[in-house]
Amino acid sequence: MPPDRIGIIAGLVLFAGLITVPFWYGLVSGVPREAPPLVLPAPGKPCVAPVDYMKRSHMKLLDEWRTLSVRGGTRRYFSADGREFAISLSGTCLQQCHTDKAGFCDRCHETNGVAAPRCFDCHVDPGLIRNSAAQGARTGGSHDD
Amino acid sequence: MTIDRKGFLRLTGLGAAAWAAGKFAAGFPGRRAETPNGEAGRAPRRWALVVDSRKCRQSRDCDLCIRACTRAHNIPEIGDPRHEIRWIRKATFQEAFVSDPRDSANERFRDLPLVVLCNHCDRPPCVRVCPVQATWKRDDGIVMMDEHRCIGCRYCMAACPYGSRSFNFVDPRPFIRELSSGYPTRTRGVVEKCSFCVERLDGGGLPACVEACESKALVFGDLDDPGSAVRAAVSGNFTLRRKAELGTGPEVYYIV
Repeated sequence: MPPDRIGIIAGLVLFAGLITVPFWYGLVSGVPREAPPLVLPAPGKPCVAPVDYMKRSHMKLLDEWRTLSVRGGTRRYFSADGREFAISLSGTCLQQCHTDKAGFCDRCHETNGVAAPRCFDCHVDPGLIRNSAAQGARTGGSHDD
Repeated sequence: MTIDRKGFLRLTGLGAAAWAAGKFAAGFPGRRAETPNGEAGRAPRRWALVVDSRKCRQSRDCDLCIRACTRAHNIPEIGDPRHEIRWIRKATFQEAFVSDPRDSANERFRDLPLVVLCNHCDRPPCVRVCPVQATWKRDDGIVMMDEHRCIGCRYCMAACPYGSRSFNFVDPRPFIRELSSGYPTRTRGVVEKCSFCVERLDGGGLPACVEACESKALVFGDLDDPGSAVRAAVSGNFTLRRKAELGTGPEVYYIV
């Protein structure tokens, strides 16, 4: 075996090892791979789509909702099993079921290191308003106007 | 199988005719598939607003429409006029209608108070210049804005002859007096404007400003509907439109 070939193969192995560091480091270091404890909505309230689908593809559904409502002017959505929903991230998802955004959306995204698309830069978390209203009531501030 | 020249031409012609017939038939709206989630079945309309300034000027300090709009759309109250976000605002007759500074309105009219907002033009120049189709004209005439897609180039602001668009130079969230989850806020770097409250219209309601106006100075409806109140207001009065001579076809009418 010519010496060049040995060098090349060793180099390739080293290279492959180095670029896969994140994968085997994750396996070795024992970072838990279970789902984080999420604050789930009350049982008996089925989601817009099956849970498995929502886990994998909620972003696709939200993207479809955006297209339907903003581009298509349709604000009602019919799920595959025939139930009707208002197309609204704040008003339907967060208001009616996932009332704890920090314990649901944020926790999963943070644990998985998935930078969320910046939905909530604009779409208002109703919890934010509930909290500030509660704070206002505690401090005796009033909201007239 | 062999084919002669004549047979080839005949088949080609038949094929082209069949394709054209299919295209033609697909063009009829009745053939479109109706799905509950699709947009089929929405009748095109021509939404228009009439501002009856005779009623508007009876109470000069009234700003019910502006406050209702601010509340309905989480509009920030920044204070700095360079950064102000305004969907609907007050203007005098002179500001709204006299574009040449050498002209001036009759003294009787000059200071008449009006409200100005996006005119939802028939031929909107803002839509023509938008490089990313973040703003477009809906079938019902509303000039719609998709802030998701806006890249903040502000071509539309340069193109709009009415100054109806505002740019978010700063993050608006801290300046919203009463945050509501009923409508999204915007982020720094996007353009926004009046949408005739599409979210309310799609649900069968009226724009927030029209609903809030106590003196009924704002009349909203479908101008293509012969029985509508806007149609009656436009056909029964002398109305003006802002800078109609530019050919943009504004859909906000003023009774002075």
